[in-house]
Amino acid sequence: MWTILAINSVTFGGLLFLLSAGFSLIFGLMRVPNLTHGSMFMLGGYIGGSLIASWHLPFWLAALVAAAAVAAFGGVMERFLLRRLAGSVLAQVLVTLGVAFMVSDFSLMVWGGDPLSVDAPRALAGGTRALGVFFPTYRIAVILIAVAVAAILWAMLDRTRLGAMIRAGVDDPEMARVVGIRVSRLFTIVFCLGAGLAGFGGVMGAPILSVYPGLDFAMLPLALVVVILGGAGSLPGSLVGSIVIGFIYNFGLVMVPQLAYFILFLPMVLVLVLRPQGLFGRAAP
Amino acid sequence: MTARRALIGLAAVLLVALPLWVPGNYDISVGSEILIYAIFALSVDLLIGFAGLVSLGHAGLFSLAGYTLAVCLGAGFGQPAAIALALAVALAGTAVFAALSLRTTGVGFIMITLALGQIMWGLAYRWVGLTGGDNGISVSARPAPFGISLAVPSHFYEATLIVFAGAVFAYRVFVESPFGASLRGTRDQPRRMTALGYNVWMIRFSAFMVSGLLAAIAGILFVFRAEFISPPTAALTASAEPVLMAISGGSGTILGPIVGAALVELVKNVASAYISRWNMLLGGTFVVIVMFMPEGLVPGTMRLLRRRFGARPPAPVVAAGTAERKPPP
Repeated sequence: MWTILAINSVTFGGLLFLLSAGFSLIFGLMRVPNLTHGSMFMLGGYIGGSLIASWHLPFWLAALVAAAAVAAFGGVMERFLLRRLAGSVLAQVLVTLGVAFMVSDFSLMVWGGDPLSVDAPRALAGGTRALGVFFPTYRIAVILIAVAVAAILWAMLDRTRLGAMIRAGVDDPEMARVVGIRVSRLFTIVFCLGAGLAGFGGVMGAPILSVYPGLDFAMLPLALVVVILGGAGSLPGSLVGSIVIGFIYNFGLVMVPQLAYFILFLPMVLVLVLRPQGLFGRAAP
Repeated sequence: MTARRALIGLAAVLLVALPLWVPGNYDISVGSEILIYAIFALSVDLLIGFAGLVSLGHAGLFSLAGYTLAVCLGAGFGQPAAIALALAVALAGTAVFAALSLRTTGVGFIMITLALGQIMWGLAYRWVGLTGGDNGISVSARPAPFGISLAVPSHFYEATLIVFAGAVFAYRVFVESPFGASLRGTRDQPRRMTALGYNVWMIRFSAFMVSGLLAAIAGILFVFRAEFISPPTAALTASAEPVLMAISGGSGTILGPIVGAALVELVKNVASAYISRWNMLLGGTFVVIVMFMPEGLVPGTMRLLRRRFGARPPAPVVAAGTAERKPPP
């Protein structure tokens, strides 16, 4: 019972990581909390689920297509809405909120009010028996994928030229511009990347959470809490924050179901009081 | 100035006489709703317009007062006790909200208030034993002060109008007081205010408490008007609406949020008769106003009027939050 709960917590943490890594990067680079992020997660789930159900695409192909579609949506939003409001962070936040409401209503119009359930890929259905405990295979796969994505993101940020440019933009956008980095192009790239990751996470989460109206605003505060906990712009911060929140949320659901949402508040309070910049964040300049 | 006085007087007469010139009970009830949301929008704009802090969690405070009232009435408390408890609980909640969210300003403040507001929503939705979950709580009795039954729509409207007028008057005194001036100082020049010896945190905290009190008053009136409360009252949409009201009407003014509240509520009531896509409209309006009319409708019109006299237009309020990042030396 406790083992399975722990596995579920890590799985949920993995999904949260896919969601919040992009959120954290966007926030770190552009200083914009993208309030459309939960909507991107939901949109990814809906698009992926529809591709699987109606077009009979294989699961992984559907996940990639959905991620690409959501990334394109993010790119359009950054290029045509946020770019025009450059310099006014508050206006950008309000625009992302407005778009989030529109996406939520649009999804309700297209996919209706019933939850869309998505089957896990057949190769991963069922369970695996190890150490005398029965593990659902798909959940293990999600954990592995989240770890792989974390490793790829880390390698990209730490080992490539693009990653160095993004880190420079996060640290000091003005200086990055001075030395000839096109920070505005980085904004678009990071926004697409973050949106794509959220969309991919939405498809990964669909067999576990199913996709339903309201999923967007259920996931958004989780991403916020993860980033407040881990610190903005920090990859290790998102990873640790996601796992912590995954555990608290899942154990909370089992032990105090009525207050599960409420106890998410506790680590946030602790971090805000003791270390307002987040566990892995740096103090604001 | 005399023309302005005359206009305000005319508006007051029209408002008091509203039950006489609108057609039916439903419309009078919409009038009460607008006044209630105007108080709520003023509460949110006290932070946006005067302190430069955008809260996306105020529905949490609004519904905290509403739920406390509904639960207390359900438990058999008398009206005055239930109202007093609702105000006390909402103020305690406001203190927690303020203490946590004022650890940061700007974008961090938005994120923390949003997360706190969603937590209140989660409580309303999940704590079924107390809140009835999705079914909400019905409240059957409106109070009857001095023996006047507020179950009559026009009586309820007039009572709401008295509370509204009191709130607006107190609001005006508050923002024009030296304290209001120091609050605007913390919005524009927090570092200089600190250097001048002001306790910036305490000023913001006090403003948040006043804002919370107004939100609680609005929440209590809301429950008495609707005779019902359910989780959507605490949802993110409900927090975003007063922000939209304040920004569309003109943030940082007194008339702006009131006009914004009237506009949004009228559009909502008219639109909901024809379409069910209110969120689409809300989101779209948000995007359009922020993109094209960031200073809001009231200051926008004022600017057009002032242009004839050659005065300088006020800076758009939406840009105020970014001043935080680069304080001038």
